[in-house]
Amino acid sequence: MLSYFANPARFMTLSAWASPIFLGIAFVLFAVGTPWALWLSPADYQQGETVRIMYIHVPAAWWSLGIYALMGAASLVSLVWRHALADVAARSAAPIGATFAAICLVTGSLWGAPTWGTWWEWDGRLTSMLVLFIIYLGYIALWNAVDDEDRAARLAAILCLVGLINLPIIKFSVDWWSTLHQPASILRMGGSAIDESMMGPLFTMAGAFFSLFAGLLMVNMRAAIHRRRVESSRIRQEQA
Amino acid sequence: MWASGGLMTPLGYFVGAATLTPLAMGPDRALLATAGPPLVWIAAALAVMATLERLFQADLEDGSLDQMMLSEAPLEALVLAKGAAFWCVVGAPLALAGAPVSIALQAPIDRIPLIVAALGVGAAAFIGVGLVGAAVTAGVRRGGVLIALIVLPFFAPPVIFGAAIASGEDVEAAFLILLGCALGATAIGPFAAAAALRLQAE
Repeated sequence: MLSYFANPARFMTLSAWASPIFLGIAFVLFAVGTPWALWLSPADYQQGETVRIMYIHVPAAWWSLGIYALMGAASLVSLVWRHALADVAARSAAPIGATFAAICLVTGSLWGAPTWGTWWEWDGRLTSMLVLFIIYLGYIALWNAVDDEDRAARLAAILCLVGLINLPIIKFSVDWWSTLHQPASILRMGGSAIDESMMGPLFTMAGAFFSLFAGLLMVNMRAAIHRRRVESSRIRQEQA
Repeated sequence: MWASGGLMTPLGYFVGAATLTPLAMGPDRALLATAGPPLVWIAAALAVMATLERLFQADLEDGSLDQMMLSEAPLEALVLAKGAAFWCVVGAPLALAGAPVSIALQAPIDRIPLIVAALGVGAAAFIGVGLVGAAVTAGVRRGGVLIALIVLPFFAPPVIFGAAIASGEDVEAAFLILLGCALGATAIGPFAAAAALRLQAE
């Protein structure tokens, strides 16, 4: 199934119509989710209106982890089967993941200032999220620093796999160091601790962020594949 | 390794950074006694970072790496040996220099042996991670900043727990976690670094 879609030519035909569809879904979900989250949903009885930041913060945090996990899987595929499309996928996903991580850090900081009374605190979750952001930057920098593209792909894949160690540390940081950031409240033993009226906008926004990622990933990947084709045809012309 | 300034470069960084710290903070003894000892770890992390760039680059340039790959010994073992040698010429001197440096930064005298031991263990963790950073950037010209960016996230845990030991908080747990970091880095580092070096030599 996966190997069927892993053919670059087939990917190009498929993504030609799949990427606008995902971007369209993202547009619709943002159009529904943003007013729902920012105006229609109830304010929190303790946090007041600032709870609305969560609808941006939490989906960005989820998908910045999810994207890194996906890059890890793509890196493994790239190293084991040496598949070119996996390289392109991992490389194209990285800037999106880094942006989501940055959104998560900035919105968390904006939320922390009125709620915790501090813009930044070196607690386990905040620090490990910052570490994830730096790992993203290092990964992108390594890709750009190595000239030979195939070699860059596999070196970056090794780095990406080593960086996977950070994912469980982020996930469990709130349980290991119970300092400031609240522990998980949606996926937990004994059911969710969040009121149902807040689940609707939260999952809508999570869906919107995911569709945005999927759409942008395909756009990025298509651009990278086109660039490769242009370069290889230029080399062929120079040789001829 | 000797060509790049050898033993003196990391020690110079370490002692230099540790000397500038109290000058920047002012001579307040109470402030220095709380903030000083953890800063030993910043100096140590910077010192190791500064030496990583040439670790495999020189081998790649002069063909030593090809000889290492032709050897019957597995590349992973050779990389591990190189890491161990690096620990002997950089890690161990840093740990020993940590004694006078911590005294100068107002750490209590009875905590000095513990700080030196922790620096030795922490240096092993730094080097295990550093092998990977040095290997993936071996082919990059002026890769120093890139290495710093790549290894920085992985230097964070040893610095956190090493600094906790230096300031005397929850020492036993912190030391065990630091040992765990060093063992993990030593176990994974040589394999990831060897995989990267094979690509560099292709």
